[in-house]
Amino acid sequence: MGQWVSEIWHSREILYFLAWRDVKVRYKQAALGVAWAVLQPLFTMITFAFFFGKLAGIPSDGVPYPLFSYSALLLWTYFSVTLSQVGNSLVANSSLITKIYFPRVLLPAAAAFGGLLDLVVSSVFLIGMLLYYHMTPRWTMLLTPIFVGQTVLLVMGAGMLLAALNVRYRDVKYTIPFVTQIGLFVTPIIYPVTFLPHRFQSWLALNPMTGVIEGFRACLFGGHVDWDVLGCSWIVTLLLLLIGSWHFRSTERVFADLV
Amino acid sequence: MTESITVENLSKRYELGALQEETQLRDQLVRLLRAPFRKRAPKEILWALHDVSFTVEQGEVVGIIGRNGAGKSTLLKILSKITYPTSGRVRARGRVAALLEVGAGFHEELTGRENIFLNGSIMGMKKKEVDAKLEAIVEFSGMARFIDTPIKHYSSGMRSRLGFAVAAHLEPDVLIVDEVLAVGDAVFQKKCISAMHDMRGGGRTVLFVSHNMAAVENLCSRGMWIANGRIQLDGPVHEVIEAYMASFASADSAFSELTAAEGRRGSGEIRFTRVEFLSTDRDLQTVTRCGKSLVIRLHYRASKPIERPAFALRLYTELGTLVTDTGTWLHGLDIPLVPVGDGYLDLEIDSLNLLPGRYYFSLKLDSCLETRVYDALEHAVHLDVEEAPIYGSSRRIDSRYGLVFFPQRWRLDGIGSGAAIDVSPAASG
Repeated sequence: MGQWVSEIWHSREILYFLAWRDVKVRYKQAALGVAWAVLQPLFTMITFAFFFGKLAGIPSDGVPYPLFSYSALLLWTYFSVTLSQVGNSLVANSSLITKIYFPRVLLPAAAAFGGLLDLVVSSVFLIGMLLYYHMTPRWTMLLTPIFVGQTVLLVMGAGMLLAALNVRYRDVKYTIPFVTQIGLFVTPIIYPVTFLPHRFQSWLALNPMTGVIEGFRACLFGGHVDWDVLGCSWIVTLLLLLIGSWHFRSTERVFADLV
Repeated sequence: MTESITVENLSKRYELGALQEETQLRDQLVRLLRAPFRKRAPKEILWALHDVSFTVEQGEVVGIIGRNGAGKSTLLKILSKITYPTSGRVRARGRVAALLEVGAGFHEELTGRENIFLNGSIMGMKKKEVDAKLEAIVEFSGMARFIDTPIKHYSSGMRSRLGFAVAAHLEPDVLIVDEVLAVGDAVFQKKCISAMHDMRGGGRTVLFVSHNMAAVENLCSRGMWIANGRIQLDGPVHEVIEAYMASFASADSAFSELTAAEGRRGSGEIRFTRVEFLSTDRDLQTVTRCGKSLVIRLHYRASKPIERPAFALRLYTELGTLVTDTGTWLHGLDIPLVPVGDGYLDLEIDSLNLLPGRYYFSLKLDSCLETRVYDALEHAVHLDVEEAPIYGSSRRIDSRYGLVFFPQRWRLDGIGSGAAIDVSPAASG
């Protein structure tokens, strides 16, 4: 494992160039360019605010509903979009894998880091919304990067597992959008955890994104923090990271033969 | 001398048919449900490499030759760590750069300049290194005008120029090159070869795979012939090339049976069955001498009526250089229909102006109507051209003097004595 990490460290420039390539290519020939990073969560938020916040009257823990849902969509959009890119990163780069040697894990890692640019751009919009709604600044806002970091680890853990499986079983490609679609509803994005009956709440905690989003919101808006949910979320995240990297390491030798 | 590459008992096994089958989880589940206790059907196993061992000293330039599918590319892929051996070990000293495909990893949407950075970095250069060498790379590629154009607008030749330009500036300790000279124009190929010459001078170890025997012989000091996943012969490049080329030849020189030829391609509705070398009287000609006439008779057998086929023949030197390519299509001949059964075509050559040596023929039968190859045989037949007094002198003129000669005469009237020599080689045929 140590050797693996040191090899990755030595190849960090490749990681940078691969991530740079992904970002560059994503917005090439797109007239609105990086604005898409904001538009996607923004329009989702507007839709949610109208149907769930206004019409259905779903509570939002005392925070304006648009802010409530946008803050979660920020991380969720990164998670779902990047997860599918990470999951496809090996298959999409098959011409590289079969022609050049470099640490294979750089491909999923580049996809995970490349997605962060979008997150940064859409965060600027979040700051604007916080100002618009006159939210009181609090020091805990400085802790939000922890949850961004956790999301990256989660994407990497699940992503490495999926990317490696995808090399052998192309079914994975169809599974990811399906899972993220369901995930949108079994994660407290549209509703707060307290909206659910108590017996469902502990099931929801098994979804690691629940802890991430609850923690992220608590940092932004204050309020009650459920430490059990956060702890559970970290355990699942680290477990996925362990399983993902273990599976990736044990199969990466055959990628070039199968991809 | 230090060892640059050490390969010990290297084997690589592929399971044929296993690849497509297992990429769908569903198929596995279905099989499991249908017959939960039955063992899986045994897969066909292919040993792409079988117990290969060798060492390469630092600074050696090794040419790896062999037919398609012999295991050359698998060997290079293992040496460059792209794929892993089933068993055995490989050790390589220093930075290894593999050029298995020129411009691998180029991205269509990025400009030439951006791709230089991307490609260079993936191949193992630091950004600082690329910054420093950028100008030299651009100049080598000859693409300065288009360097800020996305490479989706490049031609394939332009891409390979750029790709090789990056690779040429890698300065690796071990360079592995697979058939990259097959692309690009002659000028660029020359440039590549001279760049590889420079690397050789710099004490770099080079492994070079090519079907171009002239390039292999020109660049490499040592040859390695791989056949069926094993090293058939390893030694001085000239000997290895000769042995390899001789393996294509069959024993008798006046005719060659082709019905059992190995390594042929094509769909097979019509196939070459035999090639004969005949005199103008249509007798078998066991000795062919330069400057004399020759009839090449191509026998075929058609199992179906074939509409508008084209017969073609290519002539190669022993080192794999194409001497000439001829065929019914090039001659504008239209063969409306070849009925089922056996038949033959004659190619008449009035004066065979090849210098002495061994030459090889590749044969091809394809369709003028569609892109379909009926039969293709590479280096299927050889022809030994024996010496003859082509210029009418008794001088021994052999392969040292080139490949071909032309009907010619020297005029000496300008010297002053008025003596003139007028000898036409074709006149004696």
